[in-house]
Amino acid sequence: MTYSSPYITPSASTNRLMLNVLIALIPGTVAYIWYFGVGLIVNLVFAISFALLFETAILLLRKRPLKPYLSDFSAVITAWLFALCIPMHSPWWLIAVGIGFAMIAGKHLYGGMGFNPFNPAMVGYVAVLISFPVEMTTWYLPLQISPDSLNILQAFSYSLGLVDIQQWDALTSATPLDQYKTSLSLNMMISEIRQSPVFGSFAGVGWEWIANWWFIGGLYLIFTKTIRWHIPVAMILGMLLLSFSFYVVDPDSVASPGFHLFSGGLMLGAFFIATDPVTASTTVKGRLIYGFMIGTLVYIIRHWGGYPDGVAFAVLLANMSVPLIDYYTQPRVFGVNPPEDH
Amino acid sequence: MPNSVYSFHGGLHLDDHKSESLTQPLQIASFADELILKVSQHIGEPNTPVVTIGDRVKRGQLLAESSALVSAPVHAPTSGTIKAIENRSIAHASGQKAECFIIVPDGKDEAIDVEIRSAESTALDKAALLDQIRSAGIVGLGGAVFPTAAKLTTANQHGIKTLIINGAECEPYITCDDLLMQNYASIIFKGISYLQAILQPEKTIIGIEDNKPAAIKAMQQALTESSLSNITVTSIPTLYPSGGEKQLIKLLTGFEVHSSQLSFEIGILCQNVGTCAAISQAIDKSRPLTSRVVTVTGPGIKNPGNWFTPLGTPVSHLINLAGGYTIEKPKLIMGGPMMGLTLKSDQIPVVKATNTILVMDQQEQEIAQECIRCGRCTEVCPVQLLPQQLYWYSRTHQFNLTESYHLFDCIECGCCSAVCPSHIPLVQYYRFAKGEIWDQRRKTYKSDRSRKRHEFRDARVAKQKLLDEEKRKLKREALAKKKAAELAAKEKTEAESSNSQNADAVQAALERVKARKKAQQVDPKNTTDLTTDQQDQIDEADARREKNKVDDA
Repeated sequence: MTYSSPYITPSASTNRLMLNVLIALIPGTVAYIWYFGVGLIVNLVFAISFALLFETAILLLRKRPLKPYLSDFSAVITAWLFALCIPMHSPWWLIAVGIGFAMIAGKHLYGGMGFNPFNPAMVGYVAVLISFPVEMTTWYLPLQISPDSLNILQAFSYSLGLVDIQQWDALTSATPLDQYKTSLSLNMMISEIRQSPVFGSFAGVGWEWIANWWFIGGLYLIFTKTIRWHIPVAMILGMLLLSFSFYVVDPDSVASPGFHLFSGGLMLGAFFIATDPVTASTTVKGRLIYGFMIGTLVYIIRHWGGYPDGVAFAVLLANMSVPLIDYYTQPRVFGVNPPEDH
Repeated sequence: MPNSVYSFHGGLHLDDHKSESLTQPLQIASFADELILKVSQHIGEPNTPVVTIGDRVKRGQLLAESSALVSAPVHAPTSGTIKAIENRSIAHASGQKAECFIIVPDGKDEAIDVEIRSAESTALDKAALLDQIRSAGIVGLGGAVFPTAAKLTTANQHGIKTLIINGAECEPYITCDDLLMQNYASIIFKGISYLQAILQPEKTIIGIEDNKPAAIKAMQQALTESSLSNITVTSIPTLYPSGGEKQLIKLLTGFEVHSSQLSFEIGILCQNVGTCAAISQAIDKSRPLTSRVVTVTGPGIKNPGNWFTPLGTPVSHLINLAGGYTIEKPKLIMGGPMMGLTLKSDQIPVVKATNTILVMDQQEQEIAQECIRCGRCTEVCPVQLLPQQLYWYSRTHQFNLTESYHLFDCIECGCCSAVCPSHIPLVQYYRFAKGEIWDQRRKTYKSDRSRKRHEFRDARVAKQKLLDEEKRKLKREALAKKKAAELAAKEKTEAESSNSQNADAVQAALERVKARKKAQQVDPKNTTDLTTDQQDQIDEADARREKNKVDDA
């Protein structure tokens, strides 16, 4: 209890908010494993272990207490999001480099929890995406298309580099977003591209259903007041607005809004990545601008940029703009320049 | 019954904990063995005692007053002896001491003789009413303790259109105004009628939070029984801090008082229900303010309730009346859990501002986590500030930025701290920043004043110098003129008489000069009478000089 007022202890706690995020991630994660196999578990195990390891090491270096910082789950969330972003069956060293970059450069060099201007998971992801393009674009087919998958032991051996890579090469493929981008550059029509088996009902086999589960997890976050609706709604609206406008003009060579919404990292980004409170805008208007900015940037990067998906870059660019957005979206303080009539 | 149609931003739905202290009816507290009566119990100029140690005083007798407009006198709560006038611990954020009368009650509770106005007597005029309110020592009982007469006088100069009676009582645990309204609604309306007589408002609105249905009902009934007009009893939603003056005005009238303004500057005046009751007592019964209703409640007290408490009663006495503590380490708070003051001990006395004694459990001080910028504080702030920015700038000592983020509009209601998931004591940071800025301002003011004084002195000295110079110049000129005139006159007289003498004198002077010159024709050199060695050295030096000249060329 504090010496001066107020004496009411808040019922909410940061640890609880972070735990809510982890809970909300579970349905999407389970769906991911269901559609793509146990490789994700390997990613998660490596990523979380490395994250806790790096966090502990830096906290010790910085002479900070371990318990309060390790028990706030923030490192676990960073690791979890990172593991979801990278391809399955990534080598262990790639995860180590990405998580190391996320925790050290993305988080602690700025002052640690609460002080980082950029989303650490995205910092780590972009670092490995740029550094290791081959490993980062080697994706695996969903089980529906290629049921011949690895079991958990094989997956671990594969990640650790104990097994020869060659024998499973047949399982790899581009992601739907990647394939769409490549095919368009070969002047193929959307109808032609969609004949590829990876596209599923509307946004890619597996991917479209995982996106649904991220959405449901996101609703849980809004329902438990862990996040506010502004950022995801504005982000989805931003994406819809651009994708719909271009789709209406040229449906033959532009992907549908549905495809854009439910493929790649958009849903995960809208509810779990862009909503990271530390790196997002804090004002109501600011959150709408911030979310909208990410939504439109994702479309711009997907449509005109060099990468098939653009959530990470869009989030980092928006993170960069947050101080400016916050500065110009300050609410009118009660009693300061009140409107003349009431 | 009309409901308020306006709203303010943010606010909090808190567990109101009102029922605990409402289980017992309003009681009258007995006198403690010793009353500790603070000499000054208002905002404004301090009082000076008018009685001395050893004096026997009676209930209602004036003990201390000040001649300043913004002040309120203090009266004896009962009859007894002034045992001492000394510094005692009082309710203050810094735990400081203040001058107090120590009164030992004699148990007779004798009152001074007063002339009680009969119901038939003619109505008092404004000045007489204000005088009565002032001499009864009435201050704002909502907690601000601003002298009521001073407030009314200033407000009257602005002209009041709307009188607002604050019965919101929005903080958790507090029920003293609730019980006062339930039991003494007619007395409150008497007080309101005097306020109306003074201010002549177009309308009067009584705002009560809807978690007090009994109070609302009692007030409405009293309203219908009274002959007063243009009054409405309005139920407002239970949302902390609806009882904040500017929040209540917004709720009831839709007006937003400018941050630099006081409410009466836009024709609105707020008075607490307790103040209205005190005004009625002062005018109808000629009874000065010597007691008030105090809620004693909280999880650490045995029998929570409300007591009419004589001012000066030590908190420990009230605790005993309420059955004592139920916990080992009680934490005492004067006021509510959102804005109350921590008390260092239970020997601190009740003052005019004391609405509640809250007994909480002393918990471990929590370690705050880092701010994650979740923005919950922004959502609940009734002033629509950005608390997380204020926290950031206060913490990093960027006080100029805290000011540009409107730190001084913060009402310290505590909503932000009460929702912070990282449990950061935000309001403490704002108090710290405000304190630092005030301190800085004081220092700036002081140094500015010193500099101005210094500059003024310099200017004054310089000016004096100039003036003196001017004077001297004038004097010099006058003298020169005078001399010239004298010389001219002298020359005139001498010119004719001594022309030949002058010629001789000139000749003689020339001779003298010649002789002096001759005498001075001595060789000034120090190179005469040299030894041969010295001469050799000089020759050598000359040769060297000659050589250097050739070399240079």
